[in-house]
Amino acid sequence: MIIFGIPIQALLGQLMLGIVNGAFYAVLSLGLAIIFGVLKIVNFAHGAFFMLGAFTAFLLAQHLDANYWVVLFLAPLLVALVGMVFEWLFLRRLYGLDPIYGLLLTFSLVLVLEGGFRVAFGSSGQPFATPEWLSGTIDLGFMILPTYRGFVIVAALLACFATWYVIERTSLGASLRAATERPELTQAFGINVPRLVTLTYGAGVGLAAFAGVLAAPIFHVNPSMGSSLVITIFAIVVIGGLGSIKGAIITGLGLGVVEGFTRVFYSEFSSTIVFLIMVLVLMLRPAGLFGREEG
Amino acid sequence: MMRTLFLALSAVGLLALLIVPFVPALVYDIFVMKTLCFVLFACAFNLLLGHTGILSFGHAAFFGTGAYVTGHLVKVYGVPTDLGILAGGVVAALLGTIIGALAIRRSGIYLAMITLAMSQLVFFFFLQAPFTGAEDGLQRIPRGTFLGIIDLASDTALYYVVLCIIGAGLWVVWRTVNSPFGHVLRAIREHEPRAISLGYPVARYKIIVFTLSAGLSGIAGSLKAIIFQLAALSDVHWHTSGDVILMTLLGGMNTVFGPAVGAAIISTLSHYLDPFGAWVTVITGVVFMTCILVFRRGVLGQLQQRLKRRPSPTASTPIDTKPKPHH
Repeated sequence: MIIFGIPIQALLGQLMLGIVNGAFYAVLSLGLAIIFGVLKIVNFAHGAFFMLGAFTAFLLAQHLDANYWVVLFLAPLLVALVGMVFEWLFLRRLYGLDPIYGLLLTFSLVLVLEGGFRVAFGSSGQPFATPEWLSGTIDLGFMILPTYRGFVIVAALLACFATWYVIERTSLGASLRAATERPELTQAFGINVPRLVTLTYGAGVGLAAFAGVLAAPIFHVNPSMGSSLVITIFAIVVIGGLGSIKGAIITGLGLGVVEGFTRVFYSEFSSTIVFLIMVLVLMLRPAGLFGREEG
Repeated sequence: MMRTLFLALSAVGLLALLIVPFVPALVYDIFVMKTLCFVLFACAFNLLLGHTGILSFGHAAFFGTGAYVTGHLVKVYGVPTDLGILAGGVVAALLGTIIGALAIRRSGIYLAMITLAMSQLVFFFFLQAPFTGAEDGLQRIPRGTFLGIIDLASDTALYYVVLCIIGAGLWVVWRTVNSPFGHVLRAIREHEPRAISLGYPVARYKIIVFTLSAGLSGIAGSLKAIIFQLAALSDVHWHTSGDVILMTLLGGMNTVFGPAVGAAIISTLSHYLDPFGAWVTVITGVVFMTCILVFRRGVLGQLQQRLKRRPSPTASTPIDTKPKPHH
């Protein structure tokens, strides 16, 4: 079957790739959104933590021979811990200042982490094997789906759903939302807001690392794997607005799909389509698709 | 007190810059020229960050555009070097108008993200466009002659031409900051709603300063392309955008020439640390971090503060409280 002169197999293949990328975008912009919500800081180091997640997974698997499931949960936890220490030691000192300093401090962390890993491992990629039981393919009838890609989509969507559930439906999430709206008042109710802030940063960074672990078998694990990704995520966040969790997830997935289709029809635009859409959104709806006007 | 010290330091600095080509044993003139390019780049960038309160995270787009436009015109079309540099500045300024007009639709941190995304767009353009040589960049750009009489093949002649152009660029920056226009920019930085309510067309002011800053950054990039005879992807890469922010912060963003000091420090640092490869990035990161956490005034800002605090018999007027000019 052929649609618009493109065989449907190729079209569906690219669509699938788009959904996989979109799943990464969704998890990453979700983490960025929850950090921004509470800390009012745009975490430039998000891509670096994504890379850190992939590297932690690689090192755990390489040196400790750890099982894939263990890695999938342990690596994000370790990275979240690193993130919380960073927040506790450094980021905390910048609250109350212009949020631009937070952006710059996390940017400087990118330089340290990326440079450090380049010193230790070089610029070339390290291969990360797909776990045995996920390496096959599934025949969906209309297309052949590599099992691991299917697994990534499911895992990423589960992570998004879990985050949404915790924030919207649990008492921890309620305190978090309270701290987002009125930090002083929440503190007055006896909730330890500084600790909540540290936890939030850890959670956001942990989500980025989770995406990194999922990405490790698909991309080569290398020091700069997160840095261009984070710029795309910024564009996505400008398009969707940082205000809403649902917005972050939907925009992330949607733009992944759009990118996939662009790769089929105008492949030379596939790396820039997200930025072009951002320009369009800025001209037509400057506050973003799901955004509230910022103060 | 402050003023005499400043004048004395500038005189010494200018004299040192003038004799550079005669002491090749002490300093490498190409290195000084490269530093001068970053000096102009950082001071132009600071028109936005320090004087208008706008953080552009995509200034490499303008620097790189200047480099590529000049390189392409001079190399392929044989355009005279002086016109090539001018064209580099003009095209970068036009790009600045476009990016500025888009970016100022949001403010603060969103504006930073938008400029970064736009500069990534420019990066991909230069990566994919047929005339830029992709990863190799534009190589062997001829230096040509300046105004048809000065042969730029000689490093010494090139050095003085670069010095003059950078000097003129810095003069433009200084004039802008100390003009009624510059005062309005600071009013926008301090209290944008009030500037609007006073009747200033704030959006237009922002676009104009974006254009000016981008144009000067473009000229810095054009000169860099002529000096090294190379326009490369690293000129448009976001790392360069980050570097110029660091230079500005390190030197002091609330001063006119602080960024120049910062540019000199960072340029020297990366020159001497070059053999250590990726460690340069780590060290840059650590300097950046220290700067943001404990040293937000920057080198020159700190110095000014120190001098101001010292009790002086003749009460000097601090620059900040100068009466505003009437229109």
